[in-house]
Amino acid sequence: MKPLPDDRGYFGPYGGRFVPETLMAPLEELERAWQSARRDRTFRRELDTLLATYCGRPTPLSFAARLSDNLGGARVFLKREDLCHTGAHKINNAVGQCLLARRMGKVRVIAETGAGQHGVATATAAALFGLRCRVYMGTEDERRQALNVYRMKLLGAEVVGVDAGTKTLKDAINEALRDWVTNVATTHYVLGSVLGPHPYPAMVRDFQSVIGAEALLQVRRQHGSLPRLVVACVGGGSNAAGIFGAFVPYKQVELVGVEAGGRGTGLGDHAARFSGGAPGVLHGTRTYVLQDQNGQVAGTHSVSAGLDYPAVGPEHALWHDNRRVGYVRVSDDEALDAFHLLAELEGIVPALETAHALAFVTHVARRYAKGDGILVNLSGRGDKDVNEVARLEGVRL
Amino acid sequence: MSRRIELAFARAAKAKRAAFIPYITAGDPNPTATLGLCRALERAGADLIELGVPFSDPIADGPTNQRAAERALAAGTTLSGVLQIVRELRYTSELPVVLFTYFNPVHAYGLARFAVDAAAAGVDGVLFTDVPVEEARGPYEAFRRVGIDLVLLVAPTSTRPRVKATKKLAGGFVYFVSRTGVTGARERVEEGLEAQVRAVRKLTGRRVAVGFGISTPEQVNRVAGFADGVVVGSAIVGRIAEIGDRVNLVGEIEAFARSLAMATRRR
Repeated sequence: MKPLPDDRGYFGPYGGRFVPETLMAPLEELERAWQSARRDRTFRRELDTLLATYCGRPTPLSFAARLSDNLGGARVFLKREDLCHTGAHKINNAVGQCLLARRMGKVRVIAETGAGQHGVATATAAALFGLRCRVYMGTEDERRQALNVYRMKLLGAEVVGVDAGTKTLKDAINEALRDWVTNVATTHYVLGSVLGPHPYPAMVRDFQSVIGAEALLQVRRQHGSLPRLVVACVGGGSNAAGIFGAFVPYKQVELVGVEAGGRGTGLGDHAARFSGGAPGVLHGTRTYVLQDQNGQVAGTHSVSAGLDYPAVGPEHALWHDNRRVGYVRVSDDEALDAFHLLAELEGIVPALETAHALAFVTHVARRYAKGDGILVNLSGRGDKDVNEVARLEGVRL
Repeated sequence: MSRRIELAFARAAKAKRAAFIPYITAGDPNPTATLGLCRALERAGADLIELGVPFSDPIADGPTNQRAAERALAAGTTLSGVLQIVRELRYTSELPVVLFTYFNPVHAYGLARFAVDAAAAGVDGVLFTDVPVEEARGPYEAFRRVGIDLVLLVAPTSTRPRVKATKKLAGGFVYFVSRTGVTGARERVEEGLEAQVRAVRKLTGRRVAVGFGISTPEQVNRVAGFADGVVVGSAIVGRIAEIGDRVNLVGEIEAFARSLAMATRRR
């Protein structure tokens, strides 16, 4: 089988490049630069060195003993992306793309951010390479992730609030694309997930594939065999694509992506694209999109800003259709329960995004035999969410 | 090729002027007002009209057109509503209509069904803001069967091979984006535009309409000197926003559009 995507950027019927003509030449330039960089040993070596000496890779694999006991079934392992520099897997991609931007001679980078993790990661990498950085963020997300807004400013980035539409990640991407269309000559757009026009879904997946490559070795060493189940939360889907990639060829390993079930099943109350969406085109790619019958993109809701997005990476759409990965939804309340559970049992405060993956594991762990391994991608830490969780629970800090 | 579009450009060329192509967002300030505005633009001297289909996530548009799309969607505008407006316009008018749309509303409607319904309503051309030539094969086939022109965009960043590639699929004219950026009124017309337009005309063998950022009669006149058509969008949409849903809306837009239409005559 040929590796996906094909040369037009398609994963089966999903993907492609649906962008204004002005962006086509820059996308072609980006694809060429990426193809040459990934084959260039110097580039790879420099990236590997940065991942090791700056980002803190490899991240450990932790056996969650008390959580496993509590759930009364399988052995749960956590891939600790929360221990990456800046607190989430996002840095893997941000450092990769900023290194590429420098190689392409760009002096300015822009990014969108939802939870603020990708914005912080990009601002960090931009500081590292001496690039100017502007981050677009919905004003609703700025409110609930205020800490990350300040972090980005500390790192020298300019944060621009986006007050249009739903005031969340979707609108931040719109604004970032408009900036890029206007400043293509000097600017690289550091897209934060496996979304958008080709080559982004493939390139971001490749930068994140280090998660799965490490986890595969670690779980074999520490658990003695492959896990029965690998779980990750899916917003755009970069942490999930990063860890799933290594396990996709092993048919005996069940893969599950967890979407935000929000506060209900009505359109606008959740971000579960696979149960509530239909194929459509948003932000340059053909994929599952939450939309009304007239093709207008729907609002979404999730307690977690990073999952609060109406579309999903095109490769996930293909994995969904060919059933290689199962996609499930977890509600705000279930995610909050799991947030507390991990903090109390393992001494790890997870990001609210990650808590969705953990919530699913708490539901299904009992179905597995005692010796079975479950691998969870602990995509980020929850420091950024502490204020919002306190607010939701009526605690005054 | 659409006969109405062909005639419109031929007529303008014969009169030694560029075709005047105003853009408005359908359904702004409400679906009922759009028909009156189209007729006013025709009276003012429009050779062809671009009707924007409002979309929730207009990535190619600046703030003026974004707001217009928001107002139109809030007023309940849908793609089938836009086709209804064109159908009504056709009772009394042969003004060529090009729909200016993002792909998703058409995708949701169903491309094949849309092509048939749009042709029946009297649509002459369709321009997708976010469908480059690589993705345009499907729409091209669907539209060819029903006689609708696919209008392709060419940008200042488009490479020579890309411009050439539009030749196979482009309908009666290509739309040259006069600057790298989103839609919206600008102070100046870019330097070097004339040479770019000539190059695009030569490479594509099509008439070239120029748009994005052209907002005053002076700018229209400059571009009309070398382009086959001049598109004015945000400047008109901005006025519609200022006036809002009031009785003098149609009259004022007609007067403004007339000043633009007059400026298309080549000196």
